[in-house]
Amino acid sequence: MTDHILSQNSPAARDIDVIRIREMRRYRLNAVLRYALLGGVGLLMLYPLIWLVGASFKTNSEIFSNPGFWPENPTLDGYIKGWKTSTPYSFGTFFLNTLWIVIPKVIGTAISCTAVAYGFARFEFPGKKVLFAALIATLLLPNVVTRIPQYLIFRDLGWLDSYLPLWVPSALAGDAFFVFMLVQFLRAIPRDMEEAARVDGASTIQTLIFIVVPLLMPALISVCLFQFMWTMNDFLGPLIYISSVDKYPISLALKLSIDTTEAFEWNRVLAMSVLSLAPALAVFFLAQKYFIDGISSGGIKG
Amino acid sequence: MARLQLRNLEKDYGSFRAVHGINLDVEDGEFMVLVGPSGCAKSTTLRMIAGLERVTGGEIRIGGELVNDKTPGDRGISMVFQNYALYPHMKVRKNLSFSMRLKRRPGAEIEQATNHVAGLLEIDPLLDRLPKQLSGGQAQRVAVGRALIKKPQVFLFDEPLSNLDAKLRASMRVRITDLHKRLKAENQQATVIYVTHDQTEAMTMGDRICVMRDGRIMQVADPVTLYSRPANTFVAGFIGSPEMNFLDGTFEGEESIRAADQTISLGGDFARRLSGEPSGEVTLGIRPQHLRIAAAEAPGTLKGKLTHIEFMGHEVYLYVDIGPKRLIAVVPSASYDRSALRDDWVWLSADPKGVHLFDRQSGENISLAL
Repeated sequence: MTDHILSQNSPAARDIDVIRIREMRRYRLNAVLRYALLGGVGLLMLYPLIWLVGASFKTNSEIFSNPGFWPENPTLDGYIKGWKTSTPYSFGTFFLNTLWIVIPKVIGTAISCTAVAYGFARFEFPGKKVLFAALIATLLLPNVVTRIPQYLIFRDLGWLDSYLPLWVPSALAGDAFFVFMLVQFLRAIPRDMEEAARVDGASTIQTLIFIVVPLLMPALISVCLFQFMWTMNDFLGPLIYISSVDKYPISLALKLSIDTTEAFEWNRVLAMSVLSLAPALAVFFLAQKYFIDGISSGGIKG
Repeated sequence: MARLQLRNLEKDYGSFRAVHGINLDVEDGEFMVLVGPSGCAKSTTLRMIAGLERVTGGEIRIGGELVNDKTPGDRGISMVFQNYALYPHMKVRKNLSFSMRLKRRPGAEIEQATNHVAGLLEIDPLLDRLPKQLSGGQAQRVAVGRALIKKPQVFLFDEPLSNLDAKLRASMRVRITDLHKRLKAENQQATVIYVTHDQTEAMTMGDRICVMRDGRIMQVADPVTLYSRPANTFVAGFIGSPEMNFLDGTFEGEESIRAADQTISLGGDFARRLSGEPSGEVTLGIRPQHLRIAAAEAPGTLKGKLTHIEFMGHEVYLYVDIGPKRLIAVVPSASYDRSALRDDWVWLSADPKGVHLFDRQSGENISLAL
C-alpha cells in the first residue's frame, strides 16, 4: 500500500532511478569499450614478443609452417643448441662479455655525468655558457657524423679490438643526454641543503657525495637504467670496434649465428634472443619505481 | 670572544649594488636582529657573514679575525635556514651529527652531543625519524639543533619562523630567546644574528635591532629606542602597528604646526626638543596610540571625519579623514565611550611627548634631543 502510494506520488523519483540506471549502463559500456581497445592495442604491440617466446620453443620447420604462437611440439632444442653456438665459445661467454662492457660503462657514466652535471648546475666558471652550449650541440649531432672521426682516433690510439672505445667516452661524460638530464634534475633541487652542508663544514666533494648524490638518486637510477639498456642493445659500437669473436657481446653473437650457418637455425637465434632480452627486462622491472620517479623528475620536496 | 664586526661591507651583483658599505658591530653574546622589507639585502648580508655569498668589498671579522676568505665551515658559525634545509635522506640523528661526523669525532662524543642537543630542544623522540616525517615546528627545532651542536661562535638565523603558522611562531620565538639565554647561562656565549621581515619578531627577540633598507642601515638600536625615538621616517613607519601617522606641515610659531589647512598645537616645551632650527618644511609623525580623540572642539586640535571604527578586542581602531589624509587612532576598548560614531566630526589632539618631527627633505628625526 505504502509502496503503491509512494510510487504514484513520486514520478520524479522513478525518473531519477531510470536515469541513474541508464547512466550506469553507459558507464559500464564505456569502460568495456575502453579496456577492449587498450587491451587490443596492447596485444598488437606485444604480439611480436609473444610470438618470439612461443617460436623459441618450436622446431625449425614449425616456425614457418605454423603462424600461431603456441608451439605444437614444444622443444628446448633451440635453447640447448643455441647456447652451445657454432663457435668454440658458449653463449655464456658472450653474456659475460656483454656484462663486462655494460657494467664498467654504467658505473663510469654515473660517476662522470654526476660530476659534470654538478659543475654545470652549481658553479659559475668562465666559459660555462659556451661549454654548456657545446654539450647541448653534441646532443643534437647525429651519431653517424662522428663515427668515422671517432674510429680514426681510437685506431690511432691502438684501442681497436678492445673495450676501451666503448668504455672511455662514457667514463668521460661523453653521453651529453645524461649530463643534460642530471643538470635539469639538479636545477629543480633547492640549494639550501648543499649550503647547509657547507656551513656544517663539508668540502665541495663531500657535499657532492653526502648530499647531492643521495638527492639525485632517482635521476641517477634512470641514467643507469637507460645506459644499461642502450648498451645491452648496442649493435653498431661493438660491430665497429670489436673484431675477435671471443670478445663479442650478445648483440654480435646473435648476428654470428645467422652469418655462419648456411641454413639458418631460426629457433636457436630466437631462443638466444629471448635469453638476451631477459636481463634488460628484469632490471627494468626491478627499478621501475625509481625509473618513473627519475624521468618525471623535478619533483623533489624541499 | 665572538664579536662580529662588519666594516664597509659591500656586495655587487653585476652593476647592481645590493649592499652599500654597511658598518655594524655585534657584541659577544648579543642577539642582533636584522629587519627590513623584502629586498633590503638583510639576507644577502647574512649570507655574506656565513660565507655563502662572496664579499665585493669591506671586511667581516668574527672574534677579531678577518674571515672574508674563509670557507663557511671554518668561520665558527652555524646557520638555520628559512625552509630548514634538513638533509632529506638522513634521519634526525644523522642530520644533527653531520658536522661532527665530517670532523671525524669519536662516536661516543657524537652520541653524547646529539643526545644533549636533542634533550635541550625536546626532540629526543624524533631522533630516528626522517625529515619528511616531521611537522614544521619539529623540523624547525631539528634545524636549530643542527646549528647548536657545532657550538658556534655566531648563530645565523635566516627568517627561520616564516614557514610556521602564527601560533607555532609565537612559541618558537620564546623557545629561541630562551635558548639564547640558557646558552649564555651555560657560559656558552653565542652571538646571534637573526634575519626577519617581521617586526614583531624583531621587537620581541632582539637585544638590538638593525633596520635596513635598500642595502643601507637605517638605525641600530634596542627595541624601546627604536619605537620611541625612530631616527627617520622609514624606521618610524616600519616599526609599530598600525603604522605611524604622517602629516606634512610647516611651523607656525614655535609651538604649533600648520598641516592639512589646520593648526595643531604641540605644547610649550616642544621647541626645546628639537635638535636644530626647523627649516619650515617638516613631516609630523604621531603613533596611533598617541592620538587622542574628542567629540567636542578645542583649540589646537585637528578636525576630521570619523570614517571607520574597527573593534579589535582589547583596543579600537578609529579611522579619521582630515581632508584627503587618513589618520588612524588607537584607543583602549575600556576608554572608548562610543560618544563619537561613524560619520561624526571629531577633534584629534596629540600627546606632545609622542610627537616626532622629521625634516621633510632628509627624513631625519629632528625632535630627538630632549
